Amino acid sequence: MATNATKPPEPFLTRTWDYITDTQIWKSIFRHGMPSTSRNRVLVVMTNVFLHLHPVKIRKSGVRLKFTWCMGGLTFFLFLVETFTGLLLMFYYRPTVAYAYMDIIDLAEQVPLGIMREIHRWGAHAMVITVWLHMFRVFMTGSYKPPREFNWNVGVILLVLTLLLSFTGYLLPWDQLAIWAITVGSNMARATPLLGYEGPGAQLLALGDVKMVHAGSDARFALLGGRFVGEGALLRFYVLHCVGIPLIAGILMAVHFWRVRKDGGISGPV
Amino acid sequence: MVDALKGAINFLTAPEIFITLASVLFFLSMRYKAFWAPKVALALGILGAIFLAVSMLDHNFALIVKKPDNVPIVAMLFLVGFFVWLSMHQAHQNDERIARGEPPNEASNGENEKTWVWPDLVYTELLCMIIGMIVLVVWGLAFHAPIEEAANPARTPNPSKAPWYFLGLQEMLVYYDPWLAGVVFPSLIIVGLMAIPYIDMNPKGNGYYTFKERKVEITIFMFGFLIQWVLLVILGTFLRGPNWNFFGPYEYWDLHKLLALNNVNLSEYVWVKALGVGLPKNMFVREIPGILATLVYVVVLPGLLARTWLKKYFEKLGPWRYAVFVMLLLLQIALPIKMMLRWLFDLKYIVALPEIFFNI
Repeated sequence: MATNATKPPEPFLTRTWDYITDTQIWKSIFRHGMPSTSRNRVLVVMTNVFLHLHPVKIRKSGVRLKFTWCMGGLTFFLFLVETFTGLLLMFYYRPTVAYAYMDIIDLAEQVPLGIMREIHRWGAHAMVITVWLHMFRVFMTGSYKPPREFNWNVGVILLVLTLLLSFTGYLLPWDQLAIWAITVGSNMARATPLLGYEGPGAQLLALGDVKMVHAGSDARFALLGGRFVGEGALLRFYVLHCVGIPLIAGILMAVHFWRVRKDGGISGPV
Repeated sequence: MVDALKGAINFLTAPEIFITLASVLFFLSMRYKAFWAPKVALALGILGAIFLAVSMLDHNFALIVKKPDNVPIVAMLFLVGFFVWLSMHQAHQNDERIARGEPPNEASNGENEKTWVWPDLVYTELLCMIIGMIVLVVWGLAFHAPIEEAANPARTPNPSKAPWYFLGLQEMLVYYDPWLAGVVFPSLIIVGLMAIPYIDMNPKGNGYYTFKERKVEITIFMFGFLIQWVLLVILGTFLRGPNWNFFGPYEYWDLHKLLALNNVNLSEYVWVKALGVGLPKNMFVREIPGILATLVYVVVLPGLLARTWLKKYFEKLGPWRYAVFVMLLLLQIALPIKMMLRWLFDLKYIVALPEIFFNI
C-alpha cells in the first residue's frame, strides 16, 4: 500500500503549469481544461470566437491536405498578413505626388529592419496565386455544385476584389513601374462601350454637338479622378486600397465562411 | 551547338507555335491519362527545373526572370503545374476506383466519418500558416521590393506592361481592340465564372476528384485557365518586349526590332482581293461581309449546334441555360479563332468600323 510520502515530487515545469492554469486570470480566459477530452474539444471550438469559424467535427477527407491544399486558408492568412503589414506601411506613407515616392525610398533606406514592404508586396503576389489555386481546387472537386452555387459566386467576387486590391496597391509607390502599369491598365476603361470616350457607341450619347461622354467625363475619368494618372488617381487608389476594397472584401469573406458552414461544411461525396 | 539550341527554343516560343503546341499537348493530356502518371509529372518537373537553371546562364534570359516582380510568376508556373497534376492524378485514381465499383478515395477507409477539428484541423492550419510565414520572410529577405525611378508622366517606358496577372488581357490586345479585350471579355470571364454552377447540370463529381464523370466541364475550364490565362500571362511577361514585339527567351530586347505589319481587314479581302471592285464608300456596306460573319457566329451557329454537336446539351439544359452556355463557349473560343485567323491569313479585323470605334 503506497503512501503519499513515497511519491516523488512533480517536476518543476508541471508544477508551474498547474499553478498558472489554476489562477483566476487563466480561468477567466479559458473556461475549460486542455482539449484532450471530447467535452473540452467541443468547448475549445465553441467558446473561442476565432475557432468557432470551424465546426466541432469535420469530415476526415476534408482535413486532408491533398484534398484542400489549404489554399483557401492560406488566402485568408495572406489577407491578414497584408492587413497587418499594410497598417505598418501606412505609418510611413503619405499619398501625395510630392511625398509618396520619397516616403517609399525612406522606408527602404531609413527604417531599421524594414522588410514590411517586401512582405507586403510578395504577400500580395502570393495571394493572387493562392486565390487562383483555391478556385481551381474548388472547381476540380465540383464543390460549386448545389447547394454551394451562391458561395462560388461570392468567391468569384472575392477573386475580382483580390485582383483589384493588388491593382490599386501597384500605383502607390509612385515610381515609373507604378504609374505606367496603371496607365496601361486604366486605358482600357477609355474603350468601355457607351461609357468610354473611345468606346463604341459613345458618340451616340450627344445632345446636338455637345458630347456627353468625353475625356473629362468618361469611365476612365471616374476611375482616375482626372484625365491621366495623377494626384487624383493616387488618392483614389490609396483610399480604395486601404479602406474601400478591404472593407467590402472583409464583409464578403464573412459571408463566404458563414456559407461554407451553412451549405454543409467542406464538400465530400454523399 | 548551344546557339542552335537557343535558336530552336526562340523559334518554338513564337506565339503561334507556342500556343498551338501547348494547346495540342493540353488536349492530348485530356485524352490520354498516361500523361498524369507520377513518373511523367516528376520527369516534367525536373526537366522544367533543369531548363530554368541552365537558362539562367544566358544573360538575356536571366535579365527577365530575375526581375523581382517576375519571381512569383516562375513560382506560379511550378505551383500551377504541381496542383494541376495533383488534381488530375487523384481524379484518375478515383475514376479507376469507381470503374471497379468502389467509392472514391474521399468516401472509403472511414473518410466519411468525422474527426475532431481540434487537434486535426487546427494543427494543419497552424502548420500551413507557419510555412507560409517562413516563405514570406525568406522571400522578403532575399529580394527587395522593386522601386524604379520616380514617376515621370513625360517618359513612357518601352514596353509598358500592366501588372503581371493582367498580362493575359494585355496579350489579348494583339488580337482584339480594347473595348473587347479590355472591357467586354474580362467582364464575360467574371460573368462566365459566376454562371458555371447554374449551367453545369451534371450532378456527379460533387465533393471528390473525378475526370471521367465531368470530362467536358473540366476540359473547358482547364483550357480557359491554363491556355487562355496562365499561358498568356507567361507570354506577356517573358516573351513580349519593346513595342509589344515578340522576343524569344534568349533574345536581346532590341528597341529597334522591326516586324512587318501587313495585316488585312476582311472587307479588303472580300471587296478588293476577291471581287476587285474597291472598298464601297458607305462604311456599313463596306463591312457587310464581316457583319454577316459575326451574325452567323453568334445567332445562326448556336441554333445549328443545338441540332448537331451540342444536341445532347440543348436537350439536357433547356433553351435558356443552353443559350447562356453556348454564348459563353463561343465567346471563349472567339480568342483562339481570331488567333488562328491572324496567324494563317494575317487577318486584322473581321468588322472594321474605326469611324465609331467598333472593330472586331
